[in-house]
Amino acid sequence: MAEPLLDIRGLKTWFKTDDGMVRAVDGVDLHIDRGETLGVVGESGCGKTVTARSVLKLIDMPPGRFEAGQILWQGRDLIPLSMEEMDKIRAKEIAIIFQEPMTSLNPVYTVGDQIAEVIALHQKLSRKQAIAGAAEMLRLVNIPNPQRRVHDYPHQFSGGMRQRVMIAMALSCQPKLLIADEPTTALDVTIQAQILELMQEMKERFGMAIMLITHAMGVVAETCQRVTVMYAGNVVEEASVEALFGDPRHPYTQGLIRSIPRVDRSAEKKQRLEAIAGTVPNLLEPPPGCRFAARCKFAMDVCTQAVPPLKEVGPGHYVRCVL
Amino acid sequence: MSAPVSAPTAASAADTAKPLLSVRDLRKHFAIRGGILSRVVDKVHAVDGVSFDIEAGETLGVVGESGCGKSTTGRCILRLIEPSSGEVWFQGADVMKMNHAQLQAMRRDMQIIFQDPYASLNPRLTIGAIIGEALTIHKLVNSRQALEDRVVQLLETVGLRPDHMRRFPHEFSGGQRQRIGIARALAVEPKLLICDEPVSALDVSIQAQVINLLEDLQEQFGLTYLFIAHDLSVVEHISTRIAVMYLGRVVEIAPAAELYDKPIHPYSEALLSAVPIPDPTVKRKRIMLEGDVPNPIRPPSGCHFHTRCPIARPDCSQRSPVLEEKRPGHWAACHYRD
Repeated sequence: MAEPLLDIRGLKTWFKTDDGMVRAVDGVDLHIDRGETLGVVGESGCGKTVTARSVLKLIDMPPGRFEAGQILWQGRDLIPLSMEEMDKIRAKEIAIIFQEPMTSLNPVYTVGDQIAEVIALHQKLSRKQAIAGAAEMLRLVNIPNPQRRVHDYPHQFSGGMRQRVMIAMALSCQPKLLIADEPTTALDVTIQAQILELMQEMKERFGMAIMLITHAMGVVAETCQRVTVMYAGNVVEEASVEALFGDPRHPYTQGLIRSIPRVDRSAEKKQRLEAIAGTVPNLLEPPPGCRFAARCKFAMDVCTQAVPPLKEVGPGHYVRCVL
Repeated sequence: MSAPVSAPTAASAADTAKPLLSVRDLRKHFAIRGGILSRVVDKVHAVDGVSFDIEAGETLGVVGESGCGKSTTGRCILRLIEPSSGEVWFQGADVMKMNHAQLQAMRRDMQIIFQDPYASLNPRLTIGAIIGEALTIHKLVNSRQALEDRVVQLLETVGLRPDHMRRFPHEFSGGQRQRIGIARALAVEPKLLICDEPVSALDVSIQAQVINLLEDLQEQFGLTYLFIAHDLSVVEHISTRIAVMYLGRVVEIAPAAELYDKPIHPYSEALLSAVPIPDPTVKRKRIMLEGDVPNPIRPPSGCHFHTRCPIARPDCSQRSPVLEEKRPGHWAACHYRD
């Protein structure tokens, strides 16, 4: 089997707080192959964003620290790398876009300057050439009048357009992996559709892999090939998108899918939503066994004693459940 | 102001029962001030002539994207924001003509719950005090013991524990805080509850808990809801009828199932097709809208949607379409769709 592009093994990213150690990411295994889109789903506080930021080492340390694990990028562990070495990876191989583009764009530089800066990291170009390159990137992400807009400041763009600018900037270094952390969560649904389509187009054009972090199961179903479901700092299920939605095996995944109202089923008799009772556990003192046991309707005594291992239940389909 | 336009209602014309709430040609223009004299230099047409009725016991969903005026509409109905013009009739009374005391009394029957369960609860008050406040204001209890009994009863109604009454808002999760907000609204036994994005800030598994709670409470207390949200799946799930808003205007109103099966307005159609479906085996044709929602300071002339509309014709920029009953109970504002 070919070596995965990114292979995260047993990653633990913990945070020291006044109340104690928060085990935000507590033993995560996941991998991404070249050119695929992996969805990482879960609710607030499940550790999906911390996992993504750990890959680029965008975690403040302290209070954060890598407690254990490896982050293998094309076979090379990123965790021991120096900041200078990480800068090279960040600029050229792995790019990231965030939920709120305004906070990741510098408000006092034009978007052209900001994109040109990234382009200049790769090629020796005059400023004029780099700005022309930036305009070309804006054109690629379908921003109208790119020659003129390249001289505008971030606040002159709408939310959807800013996310296009972020994508242009991320892609201008032609990364092998794009990490998209809730890229459409702050956008209206018609704009979300535009951005998801754009990401798909760009993926086909540049052949990069995407790690899509989201809480929206609909977005995952429409854009990903494989999915990793996280709950309270652990991976609870991993499968192809067809297997995950067609035959979800973890009670949490099942609950997540059944708790969403379905627009496309309006003609059928309206069913009551299947809510998952209770709330997520406190990650300061996570329960000893399965983290979902307290909310699980199938929980047995054994569930509260030890964290169940990930077991393979079908080709490429893994579940962390004793059932 | 212009005469009240005929408004989309659930009931047929022959039905003489008055709706619980009638909104006619409601408008809210926010002034934009500028210059050293702070003169009014422009206006945002947040709500631009909205009319609808809500029948007792139904849920009218209001959907639309950011800036379409759905939240402002909700707040204008309660006069939390003073409308610029238009009429609001609640239980046969003219809300726009009410003085402060009358408004206060009216709000016993019309309550609101907000999106952000963090910002809408006073952090210095205990849950008991938050829920009990309205009971005291409206003099609905006559002793400390009665107050406490009622608060306990309300907490249990929304799925919280009696001992929660002595705790403070920061001790609760988002879903629990939304339950507290609901308990506070229910305290005065309202008839109409305006729900302004009540589940938008919640995770999906918690969102489902709150939606189920709202459905149970509606059945138990015969509540009527005005349910404002941007999430079409949620609105479709909970609503009897749905109003779709775009740039301050209602472009379509229809029974929920009908709107989803046979939308008339091209905007509703595009909005529906943009909702991602959590099932990889479902493949749909997506109608991709070009560009962004225009600036509500200078909305496009004629039909506000014509700049993004896939079927727009030249005269769409000249003439504003009015809401017409294109099918029984199904109203839409479009020149070229029937």
